[in-house]
Amino acid sequence: MKTYEKSGGFFPVFERKTGPAKDATHYCPGCGHGNVHKMIAEALEEFGLLGRSVFVSPVGCSVFGYYYFNCGNFQAAHGRAPAVATAVKRTNPDSIVISYQGDGDLAAIGTAETIHAANRGENICVFFVNNAIYGMTGGQMAPTTMIGQRSTTTPQGRIETVHGNPIRMAEMLATLPAPTYIERVAIGDSKHIMKARKAIRKALKIQAEGKGYSFVEIVSSCPTGWKMDPVHARDWLLEDMLKVFPLGVFKDESDTRDEGYWNRRYDAYDPAVVDEYLDRLKSTLGESEPVPLAGDLHCKFAGFGGQGILTAGLLLSQVGMRAGQHVSWFPAYGPEMRGGTANCSVNLCAGRIGTPLVENPNVLVVMNQPSLDAFAGEVVDGGVIIVDTTIVEGRPDAKRLRPVLIPATAIADEVGTAKIANVVILGALVAATDCFPRAFCEDTLRAAIKKRSLVDMNIDAFGRGYEFVKNAR
Amino acid sequence: MARQFMKGNDAIVVGALAAGCRAYYGYPITPASEIAHAAALHFPALGGVFIQAESEVAAMNMVYGTAGMGVRTMTASSSPGFSLKQEGLSYCAGAELPCVVVNIVRGGPGLGNIAPEQGDYFQITKGGGHGNYRLIALAPNGAQEMCDLTMHAFELADKYRNPACIMADGITGQMMEVVEIPKALPHKWDHTSWCVDGTPGTAGNLVSSIILAPEELEQHNLKLDAKYKQITADEVMFEKYEVDDADLVVVAYGVVSRIVYSTVDQARAEGLKVGLLRPITLWPFPSAVITSLCATAKAFLAVELSTGQMVEDVRLAVEGRKPVHFYGRCGGMVPGGDELLAEYRRVLGGGSR
Repeated sequence: MKTYEKSGGFFPVFERKTGPAKDATHYCPGCGHGNVHKMIAEALEEFGLLGRSVFVSPVGCSVFGYYYFNCGNFQAAHGRAPAVATAVKRTNPDSIVISYQGDGDLAAIGTAETIHAANRGENICVFFVNNAIYGMTGGQMAPTTMIGQRSTTTPQGRIETVHGNPIRMAEMLATLPAPTYIERVAIGDSKHIMKARKAIRKALKIQAEGKGYSFVEIVSSCPTGWKMDPVHARDWLLEDMLKVFPLGVFKDESDTRDEGYWNRRYDAYDPAVVDEYLDRLKSTLGESEPVPLAGDLHCKFAGFGGQGILTAGLLLSQVGMRAGQHVSWFPAYGPEMRGGTANCSVNLCAGRIGTPLVENPNVLVVMNQPSLDAFAGEVVDGGVIIVDTTIVEGRPDAKRLRPVLIPATAIADEVGTAKIANVVILGALVAATDCFPRAFCEDTLRAAIKKRSLVDMNIDAFGRGYEFVKNAR
Repeated sequence: MARQFMKGNDAIVVGALAAGCRAYYGYPITPASEIAHAAALHFPALGGVFIQAESEVAAMNMVYGTAGMGVRTMTASSSPGFSLKQEGLSYCAGAELPCVVVNIVRGGPGLGNIAPEQGDYFQITKGGGHGNYRLIALAPNGAQEMCDLTMHAFELADKYRNPACIMADGITGQMMEVVEIPKALPHKWDHTSWCVDGTPGTAGNLVSSIILAPEELEQHNLKLDAKYKQITADEVMFEKYEVDDADLVVVAYGVVSRIVYSTVDQARAEGLKVGLLRPITLWPFPSAVITSLCATAKAFLAVELSTGQMVEDVRLAVEGRKPVHFYGRCGGMVPGGDELLAEYRRVLGGGSR
């Protein structure tokens, strides 16, 4: 006599289960979940995968999957099991991850997660139990409910023009390039059950070999939700459901995919590696002794997008950083950056900087007329206003402000390109404010400009702007 | 000294890497997208995980997955996206999973705009998702703190097995300042007692927030509550500037605290004894220090980029002992220094606006 024992893939006793019956599942008589659970448990045990397996339970009747499977268990939010499974697999590519889901979870609230995990070719197994009904919540219409099928939310039966049609997930997912294996099987008669068993084993094998994403849809009965006895339920499944959900392999590239192709790299945390990496992010301007700042600068740079307004502010900021001063740079951000005017605020201070926004600049750079109109009135009395006279027609109030009028774009043209008018302006700013020594600024520029071939041109532009202002005094 | 001039949003990623964060899951949204950009560059380069998820919901549930593995993980978004993360946050809190979520708050409600605001204070500090839980909430006000408080958020999240949130605004995210690049934290944490990481040692563990029996779920809630009381007792952070003799204590966080800081000296030069109290932890809120300041302050003024949210916590701390005033701008409007000075004069002079 042959004795059948419970698979070692299950806990010997279901301690996590509430209530007194710790040896039976919570599923109803005739439910297909028990069969599917058993097939998975047996395969995990036989393949020796239990120790590294993670079973992700969904929301639905199989929400309590973790009562049973003798491996690591997650319980996920409704529809999110593929997202959770994705993260688990990516964080430990050696794990074997199962996303076990029902039809409401997988094909309604979790449709996006289902499709995108498949589309990314996550190296996981999705086992989809399709029983055409919401069981746990009380027999409501599922995305896979059949036309005409009565449920607690389709009391007159599912109607195409009202509720839409039963959704065929296996067929839909098979249109994607990434999935390796997609099959629909059924828990019907013993012939079907053997095929289902084979499909589940195949899916787990594909994952273990790093061959990618598998999706096994298991058409299954729900006598309770369908209000049928188990025998009638099985017959209805075989005769009616399989017409809408035909069995078969929709995609199988398991023979042509290389082993390990879908394995992803993951390295555990190593502080030494991170330190070495972060060190490469540090400033390459070179160390400097602190350079005193003549006086706090609250600058605003304004002009058209493309004039290098933001870069001019950044270069000044880098000079300030290298000098060991407190610096902040803030750009006007958002849609206004995508065309039209651009501006940024730069604070250069000996002490701690309060607001990073410069409301009342003591240095204003304007490289277009709208900026002069918009910001000149905000400059503090006696503040410096640097105007690119090649472009800006208007002139600031010379009684209240200290105008620095410089044909920056024309000078830049002479140097080689109008694009470095911003650096000419920077030279003018340093000359007008005497914020830092010229040589220190030039050294910083040399280090800050990434393209070596452009260094000389920039230094030239800076020097001309600087001298233009000094010679004008 | 390793320094770099960087955006607040980039500094968050540097802090995360140095804190041992190994997986980033995100979805694009302005003005938080730079965080995802930096993560996409750095995480894979360091053998970590970066996934641009199909949705904010999926991103947050991926965080749930990696957090359940006992591995440090994060996501970042801005207000409308943060709303979508509430489901996953509640699950993380229920399952006691440490993780860090960044919200670079923008104008709301609804789609609102992409300008800086602080209108998500209630959502962050009072729950947001369902159930009895709290988010540890930190409010940096500069690029260095974007880095440092992100690291601290990971430590707190781990220490208490609870999600921690960085609440910042578009200005703090977009602004560049000098950041001292930190040393990576020693890998001291071991979560094998509760995590499920796909190894035999943790195969007996369960990551879950479902507890069916009412008596057990009540116990679980009480356990969480005890944890939240512990956090409230031990983890409050704040900064004081000129408050000890202040007649008017201005309470402000994030970028607003920077603006207020700029005005304190000006106000004092006018003879107005104003001080700044800046909550660094928004939850737990620095209630005790506010209560104690009732002994010396004549009045309190909460300044926010909202129509009045944090001010409720100030009122709860003051408990009617002193007047609590409010000044707010919202929709992306940011108060100027002159505007605040006028408000101080009005409050201290007892005049009307």
